[in-house]
Amino acid sequence: MLPLDAEAIDSIFLSLRLSATVTGLLILLGTPLAWWLVRTRSPLKGMVEAFVVLPLFLPPTVLGFYMLLAMGPSGPIGALTKALGLQGLPFTFSGLVVTSMLYSLPFVVQPLQNAFAGIEPRLLEAAQSLRAGPWATFGRIVLPLSKRGFLTAAVTGFAHTIGEFGVVLMVGGNIPGETRLVSIEIYDYVEAFDYPKAHTLAGMMVAFAFFMLLLLYGFGVGRGGLLRRS
Amino acid sequence: MVLAWVGAVFCVAHELSIQMIKARFDRTLGDFRLALDVTIPSRGVTIIFGASGSGKTTFLRCMAGLEPEALGSLVVGDQVWQDDDRGVYLPCHRRPIGYVFQDAALFPHLTVEKNLVFGLHRVSPEARWITMDQAIELLGIGHLLKRDPRHLSGGEQQRIALARALLTSPQILLLDEPLAALDLPMKGEILPYLERLRLELNIPILYVTHALEELTRLGDHLVQMDQGQVTREGPIASVLSDLTHSFDPLGEWGGVLFSVIAGHDRLSGLTDLSFQGGGIKTPLIDRPVGTPVRLNVSPNDISLTLNRASETSILNIIDVLITDVTTTQDPHQVMVHLAIGETSLKARITRYSLGKLKLSPGMHVFAQIKAVSLLA
Repeated sequence: MLPLDAEAIDSIFLSLRLSATVTGLLILLGTPLAWWLVRTRSPLKGMVEAFVVLPLFLPPTVLGFYMLLAMGPSGPIGALTKALGLQGLPFTFSGLVVTSMLYSLPFVVQPLQNAFAGIEPRLLEAAQSLRAGPWATFGRIVLPLSKRGFLTAAVTGFAHTIGEFGVVLMVGGNIPGETRLVSIEIYDYVEAFDYPKAHTLAGMMVAFAFFMLLLLYGFGVGRGGLLRRS
Repeated sequence: MVLAWVGAVFCVAHELSIQMIKARFDRTLGDFRLALDVTIPSRGVTIIFGASGSGKTTFLRCMAGLEPEALGSLVVGDQVWQDDDRGVYLPCHRRPIGYVFQDAALFPHLTVEKNLVFGLHRVSPEARWITMDQAIELLGIGHLLKRDPRHLSGGEQQRIALARALLTSPQILLLDEPLAALDLPMKGEILPYLERLRLELNIPILYVTHALEELTRLGDHLVQMDQGQVTREGPIASVLSDLTHSFDPLGEWGGVLFSVIAGHDRLSGLTDLSFQGGGIKTPLIDRPVGTPVRLNVSPNDISLTLNRASETSILNIIDVLITDVTTTQDPHQVMVHLAIGETSLKARITRYSLGKLKLSPGMHVFAQIKAVSLLA
């Protein structure tokens, strides 16, 4: 029914796979990072925070350009992958994952950081005084009290990764089934004056983004939402 | 009936009861420094008393292991909880304490019942000396179990926090101004529960407060703090007159009768209390004979006569010695200081009556104390 060819469908699944992978990894990595940022009194805190937020202030092409160099044969990441006997990251799906993680990092870390910072420290102390060690306190108190933050982090991280263009074009190029994402596919259609196909994919992106935001604001955390805290 | 039963069960805890608590702490927070070295008795309520900013809460937090940067040592009975010289430091979750915060700190995402079992489940069954049912009964919270803690009154929240702390079967109970966040009627609602804990638990209780009333009603032992240091310590009875003097410069505080229940007249609804130097009747206090009772006596509830009145509704007429007469804020009233044996009380009377009765220090008079005002 939809005027989509196999390539377009491939690009959709590739985008979804990339976003899911990046979001999952970022939640795993961002949780301890956000927790550390909230709890630490280390002088490094400011620097780490600035680094986390940096992608928000850079043109995606700049980030993509430096990541391409870093992952290249003479870059530090390239040297590391070479030393580990892995294939080079540029123009591969793994390269997209690594780069997208960096690019979407603030969108995952900041909501988690806000959620963690909003937890009354007294509650953590109360849990400790009730014999809960650090892991139990985190699992029984911190996680349930920051579920809104996790939802926000997951939705914005996912949506932001889906919407990438510049950064993935720099690092991934345009290899069908490997690095050709929906956003690049749309660009290709427009370049080729194939507006109907561009419309279909672009319209799907709009609907998708709207649905994600609806999940976040309408059913998630807004007034009357599922996760509303009275 | 139930009270007696609970008391009997708690006797088991006797075996666990510890000898002495020796605490030495040094903690610097900005330009504030806590530096103290105290020994706390293993029985009864030790009141950590002082103005805000005197370091009482910091001291309590050091005891609990909530100030990991505090230097010093803490020995509880024969267990070393902290000793910097030997590199020993038990983190908070390994110290068998119960801690109650000023604002209860109940977990908002858990029901009351789940709050209660949070700590209970983390204590091995052999180490438990109180059951869920006993804690619920002791604090009268049975009807609240299914509730959302955010929808409870401050007083109810604080009772749940107390039960939650008790359910970890602690060896020491640490209470950080548990009444400070409550309004006056709610304080009155919680105090009887705290008095009950004091009488029925065999563990030491450290109670931080700056309220004289809590000190006189609950305290057995006092540690007074000022600017991070201990300025006075000792049994309450012996430091009370000094203390009321320094915390009540206008001399408006009445006095405390340390008494014991001598008997009940259930038909008339009265209880006889005896104290050093006399006896007194109060409305029925439903506790066994021999239970210690403290009465805060307001200066407004004592009147003085030269002769023992025979036809009066006042039940308590006590022979007292006038030790001093001082002024009050009201120029038409005076405060008459009275001694009954070792106990001292005060009566507020008008200057007119003082002149009419020709009262002066050294005189023996009769103090009439209204029984209904004596409910502790």
